[in-house]
Amino acid sequence: MDIELMVNSFPKLLSASLITLKLLSASLIVGLFIGLLFAILRLNKNIFMNKFAYGYSYLFRGTPLLVQIFIIYYGLGNIEYLRTTVLWVILKEPYWCAIIAFSLNTGAYTSEILRSAFQTIKPGIIEAGKSLGIPSKIIFYKIQIPIAIRQSLPAYGNEIILMLKGTSLASTVTLMDLTGVAKYIISTTFKPIEVFIVAGGIYLFMTFVVHNVIKFLEKKYSY
Amino acid sequence: MELLAFGDTGWGDELFYATLMTIAVAITAMLIGFFFALIFTPLKLSKNKFLNLIANTYTTIIRGVPELLVIYLFFFGGSAAVMFVASIFGYGEYIEINAFITGAFSIGIISGAYSTEVFRGAIQSIDKGQFEAANVLGLSKFGKFFKIILPQTLRLALPNLSNVWQITLKDTSLIMVTGLVEIMRQSYVAAGSTRDPLFFYSCAAVLYLFLTFLSMKLINRLELKYSKGY
Repeated sequence: MDIELMVNSFPKLLSASLITLKLLSASLIVGLFIGLLFAILRLNKNIFMNKFAYGYSYLFRGTPLLVQIFIIYYGLGNIEYLRTTVLWVILKEPYWCAIIAFSLNTGAYTSEILRSAFQTIKPGIIEAGKSLGIPSKIIFYKIQIPIAIRQSLPAYGNEIILMLKGTSLASTVTLMDLTGVAKYIISTTFKPIEVFIVAGGIYLFMTFVVHNVIKFLEKKYSY
Repeated sequence: MELLAFGDTGWGDELFYATLMTIAVAITAMLIGFFFALIFTPLKLSKNKFLNLIANTYTTIIRGVPELLVIYLFFFGGSAAVMFVASIFGYGEYIEINAFITGAFSIGIISGAYSTEVFRGAIQSIDKGQFEAANVLGLSKFGKFFKIILPQTLRLALPNLSNVWQITLKDTSLIMVTGLVEIMRQSYVAAGSTRDPLFFYSCAAVLYLFLTFLSMKLINRLELKYSKGY
């Protein structure tokens, strides 16, 4: 055990975990909007919209996240035409590519979570809203969405943790996130166990925090 | 299309063998995972606090730490650990572990943590009366487990195990960092030498979609088989 290496690498890994957190929060926020949009499309009676949303979630849940990042970073960045457009500003940065890939990925999972949450809302609740003369738009925003959010909290908590682990793939497109720095230290010092303990500890701490925040929210909004 | 030709001119046969490799790694990892689940599920269900702690540490660490980090641990630490064990037995030469074993083992450990949770949930949801009935019938411990508990556990666990399988299958893509030539690695090599990454990574995506689709169909059949009589 090389305690000195562990102590020395801790600040480096800690500052790298800021990038991990940035990636995570950006993709969760964008992903939540994508998820909500596609969940609503899935519940739509229009068959075309419905199939489109199903296809989206099938595509992103059926392929590894690594493939998605590579397609966006290496694949799209290689198209000559795209290099001449404004999009190139975004696509040439691994940081933005990673966020796009993560957002699309978590969006697909979130849409499934929200869809099943919407479907478990008892029709009686919506009917009660209607019988009170509340317009259906307000029923949706004030009744269905809050209930769906509460219903999907436990599953969404899992998704956050999965996404936290998913951000480690950013290191494959040259980003120095927590895993990227950990790999760099391992490959220069050849002390995998020590670095694994420190980096893994930071990850575990983050999952611990997420887990408890979700638990707290579940308790707060339980009914 | 000529990029996908079989033979020396295209990447078709390479991608085909890479797909077989992905399937082989995924199945091996899943089996290693079952082996870990077989050890840790009883520990999780045991009344002994210490044994509980061991099993919980295992599942918490694996489910809270990124897969890639676990793979790096075994990739960089694997041969050192084996060499350490070998040196105890007086063997001092350098030992290199095959990329297949490193990959299958690291994905297997990850998959094992998920399988453990699935089996624990399934066994806990079996009606208590079933255990009591088996006791009343005077079945032996083995008979009780293999004839009464296991078949029911399998039925209850199958839908969730299919999720674990899908996760394991997709996780195998991460093994590319160890250099094992599976779908992702092969696409990476092909993309590098033809300078057409979009095409080859899309091929990889299609291959993974095909594998997940196929396994979903097979698992649905199994589920039908095991839910006979319900």
